[in-house]
Amino acid sequence: MPSTAQYLMLSGTLFAVGLIGVIVRRNMITVLMCIELMLNAVNINLIAFSHRLADLQGQVFTIFVITIAAGEAAVGLAIIIQLYRLRSTVNIDEVRTLNG
Amino acid sequence: MASLLLAVVLLPLLGATINGLRAFLNPHAPKNKGITNAVALGSTALSALIAIYIVVSSAGHPWQHTYFEWIPAGIGHVGSLMSSFSVDFAFRIDALSSTMLLIVTCIGFLIHVYATGYMSHETGYTRFFTYLNLFMFMMLLLVLGANYLVMFVGWEGVGLCSYLLIGFYYDKHFAADAGKKAFITNRIGDFGFILGVFLIFNTFGTSDYEKVFALAATGGAAQYGWIATAICLLLFVGACGKSAQVPLYVWLPDAMAGPTPVSALIHAATMVTAGVYMVVRSNVLFRMSEEASLVVAIVGAVTAIFAASIGIAQNDIKKVLAYSTVSQLGFMFMAAGVGAYTAAIFHVMTHAFFKACLFLGAGSVIHGCGGEQDMRKIGGLHKYMPSTHWTMAIATYAIAGLPFAAGFISKDEILANAFGYAVPIWIVGAIAAGFTAFYMARLYFMTFRGSYRGHAVEGIEESEPKHAGHDLIPDQRHLDHGDAHSDKAHGHHAHGHDPHESPLSMTGVLWVLAILSIVGGVVGWPAALGGPHPTTFQHWLEPILLPIGGQAFHFHEASHALEWTLMAVSVGIALFGVFLAYRLYVKRKPVPDVLEPRLGLVHKLLANKYWVDELYGKTAIAGTLALSRLLWWFDAWIVDGLVNGVRHLTVIALGYGSNLFDKYVVDGAVNGVAWGAKGGSMMFRRAQSGLVQNYALIMGGGIVLIALVYLFMKP
Repeated sequence: MPSTAQYLMLSGTLFAVGLIGVIVRRNMITVLMCIELMLNAVNINLIAFSHRLADLQGQVFTIFVITIAAGEAAVGLAIIIQLYRLRSTVNIDEVRTLNG
Repeated sequence: MASLLLAVVLLPLLGATINGLRAFLNPHAPKNKGITNAVALGSTALSALIAIYIVVSSAGHPWQHTYFEWIPAGIGHVGSLMSSFSVDFAFRIDALSSTMLLIVTCIGFLIHVYATGYMSHETGYTRFFTYLNLFMFMMLLLVLGANYLVMFVGWEGVGLCSYLLIGFYYDKHFAADAGKKAFITNRIGDFGFILGVFLIFNTFGTSDYEKVFALAATGGAAQYGWIATAICLLLFVGACGKSAQVPLYVWLPDAMAGPTPVSALIHAATMVTAGVYMVVRSNVLFRMSEEASLVVAIVGAVTAIFAASIGIAQNDIKKVLAYSTVSQLGFMFMAAGVGAYTAAIFHVMTHAFFKACLFLGAGSVIHGCGGEQDMRKIGGLHKYMPSTHWTMAIATYAIAGLPFAAGFISKDEILANAFGYAVPIWIVGAIAAGFTAFYMARLYFMTFRGSYRGHAVEGIEESEPKHAGHDLIPDQRHLDHGDAHSDKAHGHHAHGHDPHESPLSMTGVLWVLAILSIVGGVVGWPAALGGPHPTTFQHWLEPILLPIGGQAFHFHEASHALEWTLMAVSVGIALFGVFLAYRLYVKRKPVPDVLEPRLGLVHKLLANKYWVDELYGKTAIAGTLALSRLLWWFDAWIVDGLVNGVRHLTVIALGYGSNLFDKYVVDGAVNGVAWGAKGGSMMFRRAQSGLVQNYALIMGGGIVLIALVYLFMKP
């Protein structure tokens, strides 16, 4: 059984990988996947502490996070499909109409 | 019992409402007098019956009932105390209000009956009974109210009804004027009254009779000395207005412009005695203030002799009775002032009997003589109007103070008390009583004895300006003529016909009142004539004379010999007056009045009522007019000048200035803000690259920064 610190290291690494992916990758689908990665890093963190503190609240939170993540993935993919139909691209740098 | 009492008050209001709606919906053709009579007479008769039942079953035991909380005004400072100002709509039955209740309902009912005969030819028949019923309602509120504020509502209400009924012939200028005069003169008194009530509340923290008098009686004169004087004087100002005392009596003689039943009910029997009722009701306060009582006694005595002397020289039958009423009210205040509160109420009662009888008799005379009110143009009526003649003779006997009639007993009780209080007041009262006997005998002899002069002196109106009494300022002449006109409008017989007796509805009432004028005094039969001491009436009213500071009220007591002497003197004076009138008026033709050459200047003074109306016209009224002209001038030149000047200044200076200010400062500020925002945004818009990943980078950097700060800068 790995120690809590090892779980946390795994969680932190996954979170950092996800964050960097969100910032540097240009493909929207990849960005979405990286966000899922960050959410799961958080899940690992929650479950690690749930186990350590023998408190089920952390696991319950995780269930919620997974549910929200599913919804988020569905909505995000729908947006990407609509964007592709409109602009014929999934490159995030080409979608910058929000600039001031 | 409480709801029955409410019914007594509300029945006349119901009658007034029904008849009022009928008169309002159909103003010119209220032909159906049967319904009007049924409503008006039914409501007052029922009210009177219930009132008698209540008085009999209460038997003088005081009780009061609160129907609802009328003015719940919360809590406030009263003097140094915290007190909640709350006024209840409550009625009170005790010996005093029972007496007044019986007088008002029974006399009121009799006069309603009489009015159905007297007013039968009038156009405003239903309107008349509406007002009369409304008056009954207000008068009952006045006498039954258990605190000063309910009394005040009735007090103002009867004033309103008095105004409406004086001005009943509203298309006649003199009647409308007389109504206004009555109303405005009463306002002066009401102002004093309400100030008195404020002062009562400020001192005692309540306006409820029971509580006020209990507090005052425990405190006594030591605690409330000067404040009791102030309260009493203010209340008495109100009483002076309502009960026509010097100097506010001027409205009552003019009030005769109203129909005669109104004069009998409102301006003789009930409303004008409200002031006496109020003073007697407040007897605890008045007994604590010797100064205020002295003022009341002096004003009463002065009024008694002043009005009686004017009555001597009047030729209008209703004017004589009006001045007689003022004079008798003076007697009542004299009684209250000298501490004979029961005598005052006793005289209110007996006066209600004989004065109502006299007024109604005068109304019958006017009715029978085709609207003639000038006594010089009538006469010898005993042949034509036997019932009216006999009842008037009985009432005259009573008011003149001749032995054993009601007026004799009540007046002698007052005079005996006045003698015990101060001899000068007794002298004034005795002389006034002599005047009373004289002018009443004069009225009787001129009207009923001799021969009828209605045919002979047809042309007297043209010669009238020669007569001193009519040589007046123009609008005064209006008023004097007016009275004659009022009932000429009423009269349905052409001039020159023989007088005729009035219908049974009128003579029947006259007989009831005449009998009461004789026997009504039995309840106050004095000890000197073999009655009990205190008299039945005094014993009945004793509960309202609360002991002050532990000292019980003592009825005036004099030796029987002294009382007999005083009685003999006043009867002697009265007989002398009657005899003088007999000598002067029976054998001679009183055209022009025999008094005129004999008294000369004095007659002129009396016939012109001491020129008091003219004096008020020259001082108070002219002063008010001058003041209002001055104020108009001030308004037109100073206030308007200021306003216009400010306007010019605004238009020229400020208008131009504000234009510039608006253009450069306001617009400048607005545009400056816009320019500033635009310039600032040019700088910050660069941050909005539209690249989502830039935003994510900044967010992640921010989180790292917060984590670092948290790690290394732990508190």
